[in-house]
Amino acid sequence: MTGLTVRFGAVAALDGIDLEVASGERRGLIGPNGAGKTTLLNVIAGELRPAHGSVRLGNSDATALSPWKRARLGLGRTFQRSTLFGQLTVADHVALAVRARVRGSWRFWPGGQRLVAEEVGQRLEAAALAHLARRRAANIGHGEQRMLELELALAAAPSVLLLDEPMAGLSGAERQGVLNRLRTLPGQVTVVIVEHDLDAVFAIAERIAVLDHGVKIADGTPAAVRADPRVQEAYLGAF
Amino acid sequence: MIPARFRGLYRPAFLVVLALVLASIPLWAPRFWIYIATQALIFAIFAMSLDLLVGYAGLPSFGHAAFYGVGAYACALLALGHIDGLVPLLLAGMLGAGAVALPIGALSLRTSGIYFLMLTLAFAQMLWGLAVNWTSLTRGTDGLIGIPRPTLPWLDSLKVSLYERGPFFFLCLVIAIAVFVLLETVARSPFGRTLEGIRENDRRMRALGFPTFRYRLAAFVLAAMVAGIAGSLAAMSNGFATPDLLYWTVSGLALIAVVVGGSRSLVGPALGAFVVLFAQLGLSTYVDRWELLLGALFIAFVLFLPRGLAGLVRRA
Amino acid sequence: MDVLNLAHGSFYMIGAYTAYTVVLATQNFWLALLVAPILLALLGAALEVVFFRRLYRHGHLPQVLMTFGFTLVFVDLIRSRFGPTTRAIPPPPGLGGAVHLANATFSSYSLFVLGIAIVIAALLVIGWRLTRLGVVLRAGVADKEMAGLLGIDLPRTFTFTFAFGAALAGLAGVIAAPEFAIYPGMDANVLILALVVVVIGGLGSIEGALLGAAVIGLGYVIGATFFPQFAIGLIFALMAAVLIFRPSGLLGRRS
Repeated sequence: MTGLTVRFGAVAALDGIDLEVASGERRGLIGPNGAGKTTLLNVIAGELRPAHGSVRLGNSDATALSPWKRARLGLGRTFQRSTLFGQLTVADHVALAVRARVRGSWRFWPGGQRLVAEEVGQRLEAAALAHLARRRAANIGHGEQRMLELELALAAAPSVLLLDEPMAGLSGAERQGVLNRLRTLPGQVTVVIVEHDLDAVFAIAERIAVLDHGVKIADGTPAAVRADPRVQEAYLGAF
Repeated sequence: MIPARFRGLYRPAFLVVLALVLASIPLWAPRFWIYIATQALIFAIFAMSLDLLVGYAGLPSFGHAAFYGVGAYACALLALGHIDGLVPLLLAGMLGAGAVALPIGALSLRTSGIYFLMLTLAFAQMLWGLAVNWTSLTRGTDGLIGIPRPTLPWLDSLKVSLYERGPFFFLCLVIAIAVFVLLETVARSPFGRTLEGIRENDRRMRALGFPTFRYRLAAFVLAAMVAGIAGSLAAMSNGFATPDLLYWTVSGLALIAVVVGGSRSLVGPALGAFVVLFAQLGLSTYVDRWELLLGALFIAFVLFLPRGLAGLVRRA
Repeated sequence: MDVLNLAHGSFYMIGAYTAYTVVLATQNFWLALLVAPILLALLGAALEVVFFRRLYRHGHLPQVLMTFGFTLVFVDLIRSRFGPTTRAIPPPPGLGGAVHLANATFSSYSLFVLGIAIVIAALLVIGWRLTRLGVVLRAGVADKEMAGLLGIDLPRTFTFTFAFGAALAGLAGVIAAPEFAIYPGMDANVLILALVVVVIGGLGSIEGALLGAAVIGLGYVIGATFFPQFAIGLIFALMAAVLIFRPSGLLGRRS
């Protein structure tokens, strides 16, 4: 993205953000609360239109594309607050996501679903959710919901993956589970992860960008960012 | 307790029994009640189509009667134009309703929730106004009368005519069952599952790459076409088509049938249609202050069965 | 509150009939102006606590059914008590005449209605925007779950809000009584108009409702003057036009 500016009324939630992420890179995005991290993700995903600036995916200009078109181009994302389908079962969730990728959702008669079902089974195993396959999403625990949220994005086999605080509210063991799942991602997948859990970010990310009050204040390797005085001040100043 | 492996058989068994009971009606019921049951069947088809929209796609429409009425008029116009034949007449209702549903859906589906509710109502009322005022086509409030029922050659050879109550009832029953099977199939298909995802979380579906608008429009048009089939049958059953088929009270009654029966069950709304029709008829015939009673009935119903009749079964 | 209440028109109707009863008994219009809102507030609170409260988690459809049931009940009760014939009451003494302003004649009562409407509108907007209760309600509208978690007593707030809404509807009924016909079907007419107004203005916005009312009021009069048969059709067309370009209403917010 170049020169991204997003305004909510008179407030510039994002001001002149330039962010370039190489293909296959693992990029962290951190910053104190209200820095605009989720806003940035929403702009990349297409849910928000920037007042200025553009978003490019690969070689094409994606600024005018709606979210579903960007998803078709290979963009996947998770949401900060789990956006699941409350009344559908866990298996149904993954099946939907798989079918989004595999197509065939315009079929008006059931059947021919064996391949989908197989993949659903595999993914549920990988995400340690197999025992909950027939439980409704509204009735599973928070940690499991976050895993399901992640698995939905993964099932679409995205080429660019946006993660919005995947660790939010998870216990130590659950965080490890998420980390492990992320480590199984193929190398060509570009990942942008927004997180408050700095340990997790430093563990996954190759480069980290830091936002504060809608402005990018740092962008570099984990070590450089950790040592950057402006970053420290931004976090301390938030207290 | 019944072993778990039989639980999956409850619903099909129930449906078969229901179908058999309904099929037997012409054998023992007085003629007037066969007629009422026919009306109820037609209304049930209408209610099931609305359930596809409301229960599965999550689109509460207050203007569904528009497609019911348009279907009736389309069938009427064709029948009065001396087109005889069950399939063309049903097709006319279906396609007429679908054609009208496409632009209405394309505009209305830009909104959601209460806005969608009111917008569909607005469009339906506009169509009603059109039916009342476009007298050269619809003969206004007089309506189109003298609509003949189709002749089926093989029925003729059996010396049976669709003008008799029993045979016509069977026709409606067969079509109702066919519609049920069709809608049930669609609900279980990938398309149906996608609709349910859209109902539960539209934003998420878009993030997964689904063009949700197109799916909702498809559901809208499909539901309208089925309503059009019901409309065709209504025109044949009554022998006339009048503007009040499109009036908002018809849409409202269908919504009530869906709520009473329990949305997202198809069978529920079909039964709900029977309940609503018989309640209205029975009460207004025998009780002077039937509105009070009907109102109290609705209130009590929602108090004790907020998920409708289907909710009774689901909790079990 | 995100509640779809079809019986709101009934509150209006009850208000009008209350005015009728009070004026008939005491010749005092101003008394009715006081009595009706109080009566409706109590009725609204009772209904909310006993019946409607259970329906919040079930969505709009059961609400539609139940409140529709109540409209049937109320219409029947009114009709059995007052009969089906249309009633009327005269405007209060002092407001029955006409006033001449700038070449045009206005009925005094119309000016009175306008005045009251402005006062109430102002009070509502101030209350909505500036008082603590207004903030609480707006929070509840924006995010019910969060508001509850913040410790706001949502049930009591909802009961109060519902009662207040009912009282306003009753007040409107009293004000309408001298000007319009009082009959058992008046609830349906006003309900449709009110729903259109609220939808055009956008849900969750008092200013939106005011704007919507202005638009519809003008539209209805223009329609009734030039196309008397299609007046209500014009209203619906107006609403459709607004929604097509602004799917959340003029000032509505997408939740």
